[in-house]
Amino acid sequence: MTSFEVTASSKEGKVELDIEERAPDVVPWGASTQFSVVGKGVSRLEAYEKVTGRAQYSSDVRLPRQAYARILRSPHPHARIRSIDISAAEAMPGVFSIICKDNTDKIEWYDGSAVFDDPVRLVGEEVAAVAAVSPEVAEDALRAITVTYEELPHVTSLQRATEPDAPRARLDSESEGNISGEVKTYERGDPDAGLRQADVFVDAVYTTQAAIHNSLEPHGCTASWSGDELTLWDSTQSVFTVRQQVAEALGMPEHKVRVIKEHMGGGFGAKQIAWKPDIIAALLAKKAGRPVQLMLDREGESLTVGNRPNSRQRVRLGATRDGVLTAIIADIEQANGAYQTGGEASNVSGIYQTLYKCGNVRTVQTPLYTNTGPAVAFRAPGQVEGAWALEQAMDELAIRLEMDPIELRLKNYSEVDQSDDDKPLSLPEGLALSYQKVTQAASWSGRPEDSGGGPICKGIGFAAHDWGAGGGSPPGYAWIELNEDGTADVVTGTQDIGTGTRTGLAQVAAESLGLPLDDIAFHLGDTALGPYSPVSSGSATQATIGPAIQAAAADIRAQLLQVASSAMEITKDRLSVQDGVVAVDGDSSRGMSVKKVMQEIAPNTLRAQGARVPNPKDKAIRTFGAQIAEVEVDTETGEITVNRVVASHEFGRVINPVMVESQIIGGITQGLGFALTEDRVVDHRLGRVMNPNLEEYKVPTIADIPEMVNVPVDVPDMAANATGAKGVGEPPLVPTAPAIANAIYNAIGIRFHDAPITRERVLEALASKRSIDAAREQEQSA
Amino acid sequence: MSTPTHHSLTVMVNGEEHHVMVEPRRTLLDLLRHDLQLTGAKLVCDMGNCGACTVIVDDRSVYACLVLAVDCDGKQIQTIEGLAEGMALDPVQQAFVEEDAFQCGYCTPGQIMSMRALLNENPEPTDDDITRAVSGNLCRCGAYAHIARAGRRAVELQREAEVTS
Repeated sequence: MTSFEVTASSKEGKVELDIEERAPDVVPWGASTQFSVVGKGVSRLEAYEKVTGRAQYSSDVRLPRQAYARILRSPHPHARIRSIDISAAEAMPGVFSIICKDNTDKIEWYDGSAVFDDPVRLVGEEVAAVAAVSPEVAEDALRAITVTYEELPHVTSLQRATEPDAPRARLDSESEGNISGEVKTYERGDPDAGLRQADVFVDAVYTTQAAIHNSLEPHGCTASWSGDELTLWDSTQSVFTVRQQVAEALGMPEHKVRVIKEHMGGGFGAKQIAWKPDIIAALLAKKAGRPVQLMLDREGESLTVGNRPNSRQRVRLGATRDGVLTAIIADIEQANGAYQTGGEASNVSGIYQTLYKCGNVRTVQTPLYTNTGPAVAFRAPGQVEGAWALEQAMDELAIRLEMDPIELRLKNYSEVDQSDDDKPLSLPEGLALSYQKVTQAASWSGRPEDSGGGPICKGIGFAAHDWGAGGGSPPGYAWIELNEDGTADVVTGTQDIGTGTRTGLAQVAAESLGLPLDDIAFHLGDTALGPYSPVSSGSATQATIGPAIQAAAADIRAQLLQVASSAMEITKDRLSVQDGVVAVDGDSSRGMSVKKVMQEIAPNTLRAQGARVPNPKDKAIRTFGAQIAEVEVDTETGEITVNRVVASHEFGRVINPVMVESQIIGGITQGLGFALTEDRVVDHRLGRVMNPNLEEYKVPTIADIPEMVNVPVDVPDMAANATGAKGVGEPPLVPTAPAIANAIYNAIGIRFHDAPITRERVLEALASKRSIDAAREQEQSA
Repeated sequence: MSTPTHHSLTVMVNGEEHHVMVEPRRTLLDLLRHDLQLTGAKLVCDMGNCGACTVIVDDRSVYACLVLAVDCDGKQIQTIEGLAEGMALDPVQQAFVEEDAFQCGYCTPGQIMSMRALLNENPEPTDDDITRAVSGNLCRCGAYAHIARAGRRAVELQREAEVTS
């Protein structure tokens, strides 16, 4: 029995697969559907393992004869390697294998580079690696390796990289200057004419910093060979991507590579692809003839495996006197580091094209090479940077129009995807509902009066966002086996990167099978066990795999009712399954437990596969949100205290309200760091990152957080998929920083264009404002 | 380079006695994670910034990455693995589950051990005490608001457990 009709067609020389749902029993979960498990705040399935220290992360794998690896890194931002001498290190007791460019076949890696490349193009680039009996011995061996370098001119600053006489970060690049990829230009209408028509303008330059993901579990893996088969326990958001990329790099067929990720200590976008440590660990393990664990130290983690690219955005907005946008223009530059990894995907332009209704829009986005770590997706890549600028510019525009900032936004509300032929949104009222809920919960009544007197100034700020992700990224598959005792094993190749995927999807499985949650075993994160599932990114997993499970479950239910009908001698149309019981319509005394039904056919089991059908072609699926921040600024010390953030996000149906709240508070907390403290600081003269650690790279602590109020919209998006749920992983981070910046403006009348708004920047700005005010006063009195 | 001499020491970990030979430079964290294969405490920053390696040594919570193993000779060490008895969770663990005080869970063993040390010393802490106790434990998923709630819930659960026992 198969639930799907698969058709293939040829389009522009490429075969396109269309999967059409045939299972008659997939009943979409509409607004009136009654649920037993979905919508309940059940605890995470893996909670016991996580609170007892038994959850095994990639860093916790312990295999017999396992060795530990460390990487020797370049101390220079750009240099040719003259020589590498590993002889002393090789002679050390306890050292099993050493690899570097001199003794390893060249393996091509991202953006035309090699795993061990020459020249090296950033401080921290991999030069050699050692596997030894212990981490300490591996570190000794690194110190015994001698490398001589010939230094080359470097460029690490985004500003400098754009200048015509700047050093070239990539001598091998064929593009002009330091441009690292396609300059993306988008235009609709006539933006220049739109500006000319405007009565009111904003024209300002905003910058965002390079932010480091700093997942607490670093990138890395444990690699183990058995003959010609390789197993990697990898800290990754995508077991199948790692399998494909590692197999390709090592010239192996995919079925000889197995990638496992049971638990993961955070990813936030930085673990979407295979990284050099995966290959290095595999090569070291092969050479050493034993398993090798290679987890990065914090410095390697901070320097080499991704960051949010820093950006510079000139934003021009024009509007009529009554607040109708006539033009949006954004000129964007971003520093992508020394390598385009393919996972950077920071589409800063997107939000300018879609969030507000405007016929005249132009965005130009220029990516640049710099001799710093490769940029990579970081939770809502691009949208966070874009929202920082656009949402402050909108705030500024509202002030110039003397209009409430939410009224201005409602005046320019879009119900279609303007970047995609005005395709209707799947839930056009989604953003308006967010506005409504957040303003109610925060008691927003426009801007408060000046707090007046004393050093503490209070302010309130608003910001909104949309996000092109969250609707799911098919394909994705799930298998279900209903066991002879009525319990079920659900298997999918997706991964739980800490978001609660395992639990949210198990709730979908239990609900659609009609079983209690306790009767579900959920298996994921292993290329050898589960069917293909895409990378856990783009807030996609719940919306990709949920419907696949729902489809498989519908198939199982149909089979189960067939069996029950024979066993109970009742026609199928009178039967239904709920809470582990096959119930008879109109006769509650005749129910039969699923266990009992299955025992009738034991040792047979029931099995089904579910596939995620493509997203609707006629609808644009987006997620939305709005936040209101309340702050206090101490004008004597420059200290900013965020007292409260109220958040309302629209991401379809809520599957588990408790885990959703965890996502919301987590996003706001990361947004707080982005707004106020987080910044990768580079000494541009030396080309060196000065804070590649958790001491000086300031992530928020428990003492920094505000009160957070979460009021989700919670309306099923039935045009998106049959579960009505979308993803909420990324969105809650997006509006936090601009909402805080707008609140700070409201408090002290200073617009901070550069993130993060550090105390130093606040004090400087206050001092400069005071001297301007004083000069003005003097002028007036003279 | 000569091989550093190994030292022999005896530690009591979660009530079990272990005799081990370690290099003098081995940290308590590496002793736990490598020699004893107790991988609950995590290596994250390796310089005392993040608290993911927090364990309790003779009633005090410490960053195991900053303590040398040889300095623990004869000491009582409690790790996250020693907190629950079978399926019966410690009140702090139970509170973390109930309040969803984690996402990825990598910092969780450290958070729980910091909170446990607080409750050992002061069974009736204020909200400020709770915040202070885990202010040296970073959580990148940003579960702090729920961690604070779990601290308050743990106090209640512990109180209830004492009443019934």
